[in-house]
Amino acid sequence: MWSISNIANWVNEWLGKNFSAAWVTVFEMVIAGILVISLFAVLGLILVIMERKVSAWMQIRLGPNRVGPKGLLQSAADTVKLLVKEAMTPNGADKFLFNLAPYLAIVVSMLLMAPIAFAKDFMLWDLNIGVLYVSAISSVSVISILMAGWASNNKYSLMGAMRSGAQIVSYELSAGLAILSIVVLTGSLNMNDIIRSQADGWWIFKGHFPVWISFIIFLIAITAETNRAPFDLAEAESELTAGFHTEYSGMKFALFFLAEYVNVFIVCAIGATLFLGGWMPFHIGHWEGFNHIMDFIPSSLWFFGKTFFLIFLIMWFRWTFPRLRIDQLLNLEWKYLLPIGMINLLLVTAMAILKWHF
Amino acid sequence: MFIVNYIKEVFGALKSLAVGLRRTMFYFTHHKEIITEQYPDNRATLKMSDRFKGEVVMPHDEKNEHRCTGCTACEVACPNGTIKIITKFEVNAEGKKKKAIDKFVYHLELCTMCNLCITACPSDAIKMAQTFEHSVFDRSHLTKVLNKPDSKIMEGVE
Repeated sequence: MWSISNIANWVNEWLGKNFSAAWVTVFEMVIAGILVISLFAVLGLILVIMERKVSAWMQIRLGPNRVGPKGLLQSAADTVKLLVKEAMTPNGADKFLFNLAPYLAIVVSMLLMAPIAFAKDFMLWDLNIGVLYVSAISSVSVISILMAGWASNNKYSLMGAMRSGAQIVSYELSAGLAILSIVVLTGSLNMNDIIRSQADGWWIFKGHFPVWISFIIFLIAITAETNRAPFDLAEAESELTAGFHTEYSGMKFALFFLAEYVNVFIVCAIGATLFLGGWMPFHIGHWEGFNHIMDFIPSSLWFFGKTFFLIFLIMWFRWTFPRLRIDQLLNLEWKYLLPIGMINLLLVTAMAILKWHF
Repeated sequence: MFIVNYIKEVFGALKSLAVGLRRTMFYFTHHKEIITEQYPDNRATLKMSDRFKGEVVMPHDEKNEHRCTGCTACEVACPNGTIKIITKFEVNAEGKKKKAIDKFVYHLELCTMCNLCITACPSDAIKMAQTFEHSVFDRSHLTKVLNKPDSKIMEGVE
């Protein structure tokens, strides 16, 4: 049967027959790099047009409908526009940090791609501490934002960056607690183990009430961590023009923009892996026929379907809720999400020890 | 009780968020509600919303009569001198002299469509039209005389 892992194995065998082991490693790294970069480009195009269409329909508008069939090529046209624009560096800026920041942002999102299982037996790096790796690397993205804000030598950028720092540092905690509740249930930090433990049902079904709470906390925390509305204080168009990327233009701005959307994809992929079973098909108890039909849908489709469902949820939040003030934002985290998350973690631990889950 | 209030607050917040999410999902799934007009394409069937204000006009009836008495209430009400009324004295049938308008000059290029002249008018002589294609090559085309040539005031309007 055709599957992504079969193609990968076939490529590996073909390379192994024709080249020495060292060259095989080099070629495979190059292929993986090209795949990641092209996934970046495709995701950027798809997510931007999706965001614009979803926002338009939610605000009773039409959205882009001129470029290409039903406006689907709009984001491609925008990318070309950004590519040919001049990427300016302001006079008073710290040139080295200013130019480094967008690359750091994009490198962080590339690193986060590594431990995600895109399909059955198909991932870049089968890391035994995948979940820890993800939560550790994702906090580095705040450094790129702080760097951009500081180096721009602009008060709006600096304020945006400082807000973003406070926001990500605090929301990292509740995202971590929500992730921990799944780690407690699985007993492993490995992404593959976590997916395999959901073969007889996704955690959102097996873990019932406490896992629902941690799923909601996780959704709120990742919305805050990716700096999207209602938590987009780092950008806050109405007060800070564009926050930390006020001074950026052309492709440097586009890299920040791309990193934001790819980060959304990655956190949603992690959410899908932890709570919705990654590439595991949807099974119901002992309905053999139904389960068999579900097995026929390729695992990559399951993974991307769940991820895009979560991405849609996050877009839905963005176009529904008004933005929070900075004090409300920190109140929400420290007075509500964190205590609830801690108590919930205790509940999940009790549940895991007493085997209350299905 | 603090803890009861706390839990109430959390559930209240979740409920109100759900209400908002339901509304946007309704719009997302009901494309018939879309209010965007694709203007140059649907110029013939364009639907204007009720409160849109395009320019000040003075309606005339079929006998070329308007309702303007020349009281200049609109000129006084206008915040940026858009309206200038030039009056004249007419001699009516009984030989009495009576004030009437000669020219109702309206500067569209200065108008902000604030609607104050319409509310100030005691005899409903002017109203807002919904026309909006006002671009011209010369600014002087935007200075308009609203009363038609040889028009008279309507009978019974004082």
